[in-house]
Amino acid sequence: MNFSQSFRLAVKSLMTSKMRALLTMLGIIIGVAAVIVITSLGNGMQKMMNDQFDQLGANLIQVQIWGRGEGSRTIEPEDMYALAEKYPQYISGVSPYVNMYQTPTIRKGTDEYKRTSVYGVSEAFYDASRNQTITGESLVQGRFLSYVDVERYQNVCVIGDYLNQELFQGGGLGKTLTIGGTPYQVIGLLEQKADSTEGSGDDVIFLPYGNALRLNASATVSLYLFTSTNKDASAAAKGVIENRLFKTFQSSDYYMVMSSAEMMDAMNTMMDTMMVVLVAIAAISLLVGGIGIMNIMLVSVTERTREIGIRKSLGGKRRDIRSQFIIEAGTTSAIGGVLGIGLGVLMAQAAGALVRGLMSSSGGGEFNAIPGVDSVAIAFGVSVAIGIAFGYLPANKAAKLNPIDALRYD
Amino acid sequence: MEHLIELKDVYKIYHMGDTAVHALDGVNITVDRGEFVAIVGQSGSGKSTAMNIIGCLDVPTSGSYHLGGVDVSTMDDDQQAEIRNKMLGFIFQQYNLIPKLNVLENVELPLLYAGVPSGERRQRALSALERVGLQGKHKNLPSQLSGGQQQRVSIARALAGSPSVILADEPTGALDSRTGREVLAFLQKLNAEGDTVVLITHDNSIAVKAKRIVRLQDGRVIYDGDAHDPQALVQPGEEETQEVGQL
Repeated sequence: MNFSQSFRLAVKSLMTSKMRALLTMLGIIIGVAAVIVITSLGNGMQKMMNDQFDQLGANLIQVQIWGRGEGSRTIEPEDMYALAEKYPQYISGVSPYVNMYQTPTIRKGTDEYKRTSVYGVSEAFYDASRNQTITGESLVQGRFLSYVDVERYQNVCVIGDYLNQELFQGGGLGKTLTIGGTPYQVIGLLEQKADSTEGSGDDVIFLPYGNALRLNASATVSLYLFTSTNKDASAAAKGVIENRLFKTFQSSDYYMVMSSAEMMDAMNTMMDTMMVVLVAIAAISLLVGGIGIMNIMLVSVTERTREIGIRKSLGGKRRDIRSQFIIEAGTTSAIGGVLGIGLGVLMAQAAGALVRGLMSSSGGGEFNAIPGVDSVAIAFGVSVAIGIAFGYLPANKAAKLNPIDALRYD
Repeated sequence: MEHLIELKDVYKIYHMGDTAVHALDGVNITVDRGEFVAIVGQSGSGKSTAMNIIGCLDVPTSGSYHLGGVDVSTMDDDQQAEIRNKMLGFIFQQYNLIPKLNVLENVELPLLYAGVPSGERRQRALSALERVGLQGKHKNLPSQLSGGQQQRVSIARALAGSPSVILADEPTGALDSRTGREVLAFLQKLNAEGDTVVLITHDNSIAVKAKRIVRLQDGRVIYDGDAHDPQALVQPGEEETQEVGQL
């Protein structure tokens, strides 16, 4: 059967009754648009989260320790260093990472800053050969903490770009500021990492971890950061760290080891699952749309009984008639699919702009809700498939009409 | 010589509840190439059933039907469709053009189903339209043409596939007498040019335009012979023969 004629005929009959055509396609349009919006937002979200993980370091492994186990078992920073030296093939760096229980006030003269992130780390936190810390910062001026600084509890610090600009107008190297009342000398300046605003990744201070413990008035390091040699080694690195910790604590209740790669995988799996569920819900609309097409096609077959009779009398075989109506149903749903994709892309753009607006205030990464080529292709393919699947029954009904009855039909 | 159409002892029995209706009750008809035959009868005579069977739209309950030497009485739906496509050209009372297709597309339809490539299809359809005097109208929709023109389109459609038999079912029934005469004259012209024409009608005045008349009554052939024989026009049960030449 001639495809192009069936196609033109289908378009023609859609054009002659635009309202009816639109209503027929509405289910498909809504369904496809919903799928496009969901996948676009999901992709955008996933990409943004992955970017943030990458920024944080995809090779990062966090070790949280919150107990002493039986007796007075404990892990010293030296144990962790020894571990890193023992497994250089898996672990490329390790450092204590002391968070402040209570954010200390940073002061210089009369200027006060209360939202600054202060971390206590060791000299191993910074890899001079790559000019990069474990969490991804780079130095632009001065030096990082040294072994001596850490060992001797020197009151020195490395500050982020925001503080350097705000407190010292960019010339902070060698100057002094106070952290929680204690004066510290700035020995290094970090490169701008985020947007250099208060509370961002540039509002940061690194100081020797011993000093940070003192500020916290605690004695043990409860958080270590490791980096694995690469993303693939992170599972192995995690394994050796867990073994070492178990050896000390004899129980896995007192520590937790989390790798970024693992968390990223877990997050991606979660996002994927969520997206599948949402798309499945949206797909119900596609199903309803398909039923709508089937309904209209059944009406169309009845309306055009005489045409079917004429075609059969002129030599149209069953499969000719069947393919004509299937092409018509497929065309209807394909046009619906295209309209739905257009609508979905527009809606995704609008939703993306909205989300971007909401997040810029909290300083998040770039968010773009752009549908993937694959999801557009799948949406189009599925809508055509639905038309064909739901068009089959009416088309078959048409194909089986008796030509005599069909010719006599009024 | 082999007959073009050969119905042998054909029965068509419909079951209406408990009663069996013999629409055709042992009919024998033969038509040879180049003939112009009118099958005449009143409603209920079985002429429509005969037309359906000759037109391969239906199969007999018993008996055999050979068209061009091929037994078509036992064929299935799709095989019959192919025979209709290759051997038969239909002209219907209601023209039966597809309203959404233009004249050319309507005429092309049988060629489309025959799988004729588009260039040749168009060319053959145009020459068929020329034959019925509708050149230049091929882009019109059927609704833009008069009844007579529409009937000529349907004749062009019947001719386009170069069928062995042209089957005209009350072709003048929906036309005024003048255009009706034109259509009949055209069928005569086709026959003169060598086409085989089978005309189905209830109207004696139309039947006499054919060369031969087959009269059916109650599913049986009651006359089969020359159209100019006065006996051909006798309809039993009527007081007198119908006036001829009303048209």
